[in-house]
Amino acid sequence: MEDWRKSKAAFAIFMAPATFWLLLFFTVPLAIIWVYSFGERGPQGQTELAVSLENYARAVEWIPLKILWKSLWIATISTVICLLLGFPLAMGVAFAPKRWKNPLLLIVILPFWTNLLIRTYAWIAILRISGFLNFGLEWAHGLLDAGFGVIGMPGLMGEFQPLELLYNNSAVIVGLVYVNLPFLVLPLYATLEKLDKSYLEASLDLGAGQWRTFFSVTVPLTMPGIASGVLLAFILSLGTFLTPDLLGGTDSMMIGNLIAQEFGPSRDWPFGSALSFVLMYVTFFVLWLRATVASRSSGVGEAG
Amino acid sequence: MTEARKPIIRIRNITKRFGSVVACDNVDFDIYPGEFFALLGPSGCGKTTLLRMLAGFESASEGEIEIDGQPMLDVPPNKRPVNMVFQSYAVFPHMTVLDNVAYGLKVTGVPKAEARARAEEALGLVHLEGYGQRMPDQLSGGQRQRVALARALVKKPKVLLLDEPLSALDAKLRDAMRLELVRLQHTVGITFVIVTHDQDEALSMADRAAVMERGKVMQIAGPGDLYEHPNSRFVADFIGKVNVFEGKVSGVSGGRLAVEVGGMGRIEVPHDGVAQGDVGIAVRPEKTRLSKDRPASGLIVLKGKVTDVAYYGNESHILLDTDAGVQVTTTVQNEKRSTDAAMTIGDDMWISWSPEDTLVLNG
Ligand SMILES: Nc1ncnc2c1ncn2[C@@H]1O[C@H](COP(=O)(O)OP(=O)(O)O)[C@@H](O)[C@H]1O
Ligand SMILES: [Mg+2]
Repeated sequence: MEDWRKSKAAFAIFMAPATFWLLLFFTVPLAIIWVYSFGERGPQGQTELAVSLENYARAVEWIPLKILWKSLWIATISTVICLLLGFPLAMGVAFAPKRWKNPLLLIVILPFWTNLLIRTYAWIAILRISGFLNFGLEWAHGLLDAGFGVIGMPGLMGEFQPLELLYNNSAVIVGLVYVNLPFLVLPLYATLEKLDKSYLEASLDLGAGQWRTFFSVTVPLTMPGIASGVLLAFILSLGTFLTPDLLGGTDSMMIGNLIAQEFGPSRDWPFGSALSFVLMYVTFFVLWLRATVASRSSGVGEAG
Repeated sequence: MTEARKPIIRIRNITKRFGSVVACDNVDFDIYPGEFFALLGPSGCGKTTLLRMLAGFESASEGEIEIDGQPMLDVPPNKRPVNMVFQSYAVFPHMTVLDNVAYGLKVTGVPKAEARARAEEALGLVHLEGYGQRMPDQLSGGQRQRVALARALVKKPKVLLLDEPLSALDAKLRDAMRLELVRLQHTVGITFVIVTHDQDEALSMADRAAVMERGKVMQIAGPGDLYEHPNSRFVADFIGKVNVFEGKVSGVSGGRLAVEVGGMGRIEVPHDGVAQGDVGIAVRPEKTRLSKDRPASGLIVLKGKVTDVAYYGNESHILLDTDAGVQVTTTVQNEKRSTDAAMTIGDDMWISWSPEDTLVLNG
């Protein structure tokens, strides 16, 4: 058969559904939101079209900026933790014996099979005051207490105080790491899998240890995968709504929650639209940053 | 070889299994300092596996390896006094040529300036002066290989391991590189162990070669001995072309073997080993003569009919169907320009060779 990419007509036919889909359900709504972001909120919360920068001015006021800043922080921390956990995981899967690779990969993406809401509620069940984690800790505490009792020092451990693990920023970070880990692992795995192992062997052969090989050869040669994974995890964390909503406390509001609030209870769609676009510009900025870094160290990307 | 020297590599009863596949089967030999040693055999015979065990990338299922007097059992690759040139070269694509070559020095704590100087020197050794600042993707395959060579040699290893170093080069470059590798080995005086499936390569470069088949070492000898005194059908067939006839030993006396061969009758050939029962009687194509008339006695003779003539300019390869029931190839040097003497298909010819040129193959 002829290469379908060479035939313009076939190309157009193949591309049409996706193009149409994206236009109708992505570009058009985005354009509407963009128009809204210059509008005004009517007295009953309705949106009135206008040409005003008022909403953007409000979006960069102190409170929304603080929330955006906090979102960036939480996204950064959770992405870094994702990377620290995800790199060994991706390497473990990529360098596993062939017959183990697919089962291991399946385990990595297994959480996708369950609804995000349910998975997040599961974390509530684990982290809350009377949750599984505190339950386990209390049990360990009891054991230790009994142990000290046996060696003649009863009461040394004191009363068990359950830890407040839920409804704070740490819980949000734990949730984000959990949700976004597969998004970081998958592109990283794909790059590691393609990496010619003889580069690593050559490094060892030349006298480098495992750590040196990791930092001087593995990391630079898998930079494209690392960048894709980090970017995905970061952008997903930055715009998240559900995780801070369910696991966060009163001071855990992220930009996604603020936007949700404006579209929901506050019924201020123009302001919510402006906030959405601010978030999008921040995301674009991050993407641009990645592109410049990638082009500056060009050549590295083609490896493996 | 009469080696009073201490071996640089001692391979003792090495067996390597991958699941049910036996990649190396009870391999046992020594390699001596300064040798150019080849591991030769068809694809899949276990050459690379053996080389990787020397480098430390695979561990043996059984047996042990000593390098420079040290047992290598628990020694990781980065602590072994050997370096490897990978089949894919594995030149780091994210480093300049100079950084590639200096890498092995830097990681072992050689000061930057010294590492640089020694790397430059190693690049000179492989004729890549002035290429230091290039990136590997700006180099040809041959140049990348030189980088890989320089990168390994700069470490001054006791042994340099090369896995099919010439297989990725085009034919012209390959011939030049053969000479180059031999020259390089003389210059640096390091033991080279090279893996190749190409018998010409092994014969033309190596001082000694181990011929392997299905994980087993069949014969270890110098190029001349491998060609003229192969110890088995496999080696005779793998190293060069050979015509083999099936025979039955009918007597032994005074270093000569009498063999009954179909189409030839009873022939006598010199042989100083033991032989009985079925044997292969073999002769190299270039050791045979063709003539229209029956040649003088004292030679082994066989009648045949020409079925094909392949002209190669300097020589012709002639195929004959023989009375022995075997197709025989002989080579004829085209010494004269005239084509009068040329054979044509269908001619009846006598094939003859000297008993001294006859190989007796047991295995
Ligand atoms: N990592 C491995 N896992 C399983 N089988 C292997 C592995 N490496 C090599 N083999 C098998 O061992 C045998 C010898 O391979 P190899 O040493 O690469 O041969 P050669 O280099 O002579 O072509 C082959 O049958 C090959 O399939
Ligand atoms: Mg091989």
